[in-house]
Amino acid sequence: MIGVLMSLGLLVLAYLWGGAVERNHLDDLVRRENAARGMPTVTLRTPPADWEVTDGRMVTGSVVISIDYFKRFVAGISMVFGGRLRSIEPLLERARREAIQRMREQARDAGYQAVINVRVETATLASMVTDKSVAGVEVLAFGTAVRLGAPATIR
Amino acid sequence: MLLSNTEDIPGQRIVAFHGVVSGSTVRAKHLGRDFMAALKNLVGGELAGYTELLQEARQEAVDRMIADAERLGANAVVNVRFSTSSISQGAAELFAYGTAVRVEP
Repeated sequence: MIGVLMSLGLLVLAYLWGGAVERNHLDDLVRRENAARGMPTVTLRTPPADWEVTDGRMVTGSVVISIDYFKRFVAGISMVFGGRLRSIEPLLERARREAIQRMREQARDAGYQAVINVRVETATLASMVTDKSVAGVEVLAFGTAVRLGAPATIR
Repeated sequence: MLLSNTEDIPGQRIVAFHGVVSGSTVRAKHLGRDFMAALKNLVGGELAGYTELLQEARQEAVDRMIADAERLGANAVVNVRFSTSSISQGAAELFAYGTAVRVEP
């Protein structure tokens, strides 16, 4: 009985706290993405012909994020029925956006104006749904930051 | 050593190819960090200890790749790629590879 109450308490705590953590992260992402809006970030392998590229180097950004206990519980139930795992999807979106944003910030801080050939790789640290200890996802974003002779425009 | 994940180094010209170079490292999870991460797992969010651990490990793989390229007399590595594979439940290999080249402005 006490065990059941404990689990329920943890679920409520995780639901409230985890939800707040996620909202804060998304707000923070929107703010930083807006601040870096002027920086073209593209998956093209070579820069567009009208860019005057003078120099470039590789930049990376990575993050490890886990979901909260409540979402993991919900995902565990959803797995029985199959279909979309709505509680997991936002986690992957947050991780990718965070990794890409960190890569862009690294490029910006080093004085580059754009990033080309962006690639994103995802690795799960452990099973996100069943593993009892650490469950999370690592996203690595990398690309080549370039310095431009004239401001780039994306049409 | 210049690195890029495109076919060339922007603003430079490739004058010689030295072949594929690679670097890797295998890391196991850290007990102290794992304890903190297990707590953090309750409420979700970034596991900063793990982000750092993997960044350090990946940097080591890149450093080994660079050492490999230097040994061949290259001054740049182009088309760098990364791959991660889990060896077991608590360990992973981080691997970096690319093509060593000599470039000139």
